[in-house]
Amino acid sequence: MAGLNVEWINPFIEATYSIIETVSTIKIEMCKPLKIKEENVTGYDVSGIIGITGEAVGSIALSFHRKTALKIVSDFTGEEVMGIDNDTMDAIGELTNLIAGRAKKIFSEKNIRIKISIPNIILGKGHTINAKKNIPSIEIPFKSEEGNFAILVSLKSNSEQT
Amino acid sequence: MRIITVDDSSTMRRIIKNTLKKIGYGDDILEAENGREALDILSTKDVDIIITDWNMPIMDGLTFVKRIRSDSKYDDTPIIMVTTEAAKEDIIAALQSGVNNYVVKPFTPDVLKDKIETVLGLKD
Repeated sequence: MAGLNVEWINPFIEATYSIIETVSTIKIEMCKPLKIKEENVTGYDVSGIIGITGEAVGSIALSFHRKTALKIVSDFTGEEVMGIDNDTMDAIGELTNLIAGRAKKIFSEKNIRIKISIPNIILGKGHTINAKKNIPSIEIPFKSEEGNFAILVSLKSNSEQT
Repeated sequence: MRIITVDDSSTMRRIIKNTLKKIGYGDDILEAENGREALDILSTKDVDIIITDWNMPIMDGLTFVKRIRSDSKYDDTPIIMVTTEAAKEDIIAALQSGVNNYVVKPFTPDVLKDKIETVLGLKD
């Protein structure tokens, strides 16, 4: 199975910086090393997930610790959020949508056409994100003064043999 | 002025509503979660501007816009699409379907105000 090409990852990193620093006041910094995930069990509290189809197939997940989620969602909505309720989960889904949409635009500028699905939300400490079999995944952690979060990119070219 | 905002995300509907209030267009705002629900509301209520998302379940924004534009009753009703779909070909597809103007999320209040005033003919 082929690994995840940096060309597939960079648009999501660029999109994450752009969207999070636009909708929130926090400054974020990507952490290294990037971890290749053998099984997609997160150490986070809540994740937004969007499916990707087209010339690349897979998914993008945006995973937060509770504290980080509350800060970013409060900034994003302009209303102080005290807990992870349905509105908070909807906002995390929309943030995932914004990042996937921005990455889609970056891909399109490289003449790579992808489609993105409507977001789903998973809540619960240590929840699992299921990537499709034979699609390589990578976790890209970010740190901030309000705690850590991560994007989990599971993607491969639609023309790759599995 | 009455505006309908169509988006499956309650967060985005709330952000758009708060933004409309901030820029002076928040007096009368209707909400729908998708194109189908918006069509139902529009069958009983007139609006001055339609603001719609693209990616929605049940009926997406592009289908909704095409349905609106197939009805001559809405010939003069401006439609603004507010969406993450920012690729050039997406914008062209939206404009060809009958959208009057286009806003890429996330947006600032000034951007939405500018687009509204443009579709209302208040700007050059």
